[in-house]
Amino acid sequence: MSIGGILSRSIWVFHFSSAACNNCDIEIIDALTPRFDLERFGIKLVGSIKHADCMLVCGSMNRKGAERLKFLYDIAPKPIVVVAFGSCAASGGIFAPSYYFNGPVDSIVPVDAYIPGCPPRPEAIIDGIVKVVKKLRNV
Amino acid sequence: MIVFYYIIFPGFLTAFILGGIASWTERKLTAKIHARVGPPFLQPFYDIIKLFIKEVTIPDSASKTIFMLSPIIAFASVPIVATIVGINFLNPEYGFNGDLLVCVYLLLIPSIAIILGSSASGNPLASIGASREMKLVLSYELAFWAALTVPIIRTNTFRLSDLMEYQVLNGATAGSWSGIIAFIVAIICIQAKLARVPFDMPEAETEIAGGAYIEYSGALLGFFKMSQYMMLVVLPVFLLQIFWGPLNSPITILKYLLLLFIIVLIENTNPRLKIDQAVKFFWFGLFPLGIISIILAVLGM
Repeated sequence: MSIGGILSRSIWVFHFSSAACNNCDIEIIDALTPRFDLERFGIKLVGSIKHADCMLVCGSMNRKGAERLKFLYDIAPKPIVVVAFGSCAASGGIFAPSYYFNGPVDSIVPVDAYIPGCPPRPEAIIDGIVKVVKKLRNV
Repeated sequence: MIVFYYIIFPGFLTAFILGGIASWTERKLTAKIHARVGPPFLQPFYDIIKLFIKEVTIPDSASKTIFMLSPIIAFASVPIVATIVGINFLNPEYGFNGDLLVCVYLLLIPSIAIILGSSASGNPLASIGASREMKLVLSYELAFWAALTVPIIRTNTFRLSDLMEYQVLNGATAGSWSGIIAFIVAIICIQAKLARVPFDMPEAETEIAGGAYIEYSGALLGFFKMSQYMMLVVLPVFLLQIFWGPLNSPITILKYLLLLFIIVLIENTNPRLKIDQAVKFFWFGLFPLGIISIILAVLGM
């Protein structure tokens, strides 16, 4: 089995939430519950960026959040995949015209996959996982 | 020959493969309890291989030598126990007087390596993890030794092979009153030794974000994971050997699976304790039980 094959079979996810309304966070936990059960693909949530293969970013980026996101991306062990989760992370969503908004995630760190929705449905999350797996297979 | 025993059978390779399967069994059982599907069979091995592919990062604040050395210390000590425990099945003559004590001390080394490594990483959450691990070791070792004293008193020996021979002749140690109490105490102690819920406060993913392991990445984390897999197989078999013999029939596998099932069941039906609750539980709950079983053993019950 190739390196990418192994990487795509064991994706440990670090969840970074910057000024989110908490809806995306709840949907992420939902995807791990019995109905969708992402552990059957080897996916699990970890508490430290040092263990992670995938950084899931949700929420609208404010100035402090952007600083920390950049730092976490720099110290993460490579290869790491960044996923922009939800409308706020992808484009700013309804917070885009707000005074504290500091640009979408892809203006701060390189993003490999976008999961649309406010909040994304579990089907959209699973579609996002397919994108991540395809990305990792080609590492 | 000793190198073969240590690296291939019954040392590192055997313990690692069996430990991977045990870890899968644990995760699958957990999934079944949650009414989920659970991970595929090779998942523990994918995880390990992936960790060895990933980059190793070392924080600037870390003391680098100890930080990099401690996973390897933890990883190297467990196969020695696997070798001693396994060799007593193959050929009891290879055992030596006092190998029981050697095993218990070697099983302590992974915890010490975790304390060393997390203290060396220079992360505040890791130091909380190290302090909790230290307190946990201090609390469970007392009860664990009290439990281990019972088979030693009953058989008058420190040799694993003699303990097994005694049980072939006289039936399992856990078949007596003192033995069964000590066995229950020991099972709860290995739950803490394996750092499973309710005694997982050194890593506490949801609370201190991985605690002791927080700064470890890539291959170094892989060494810790491998030593955990091996512990999952070595510790229960070690307990079976001294408490629930004779182990010369295939029923041994069922005994091991029952013990693993108990560990998983405790893990999935309990919340995480606070560290002071754990210390109280071990010192004032389990240690007196251990003392009672020692008294019963001295009285010959």
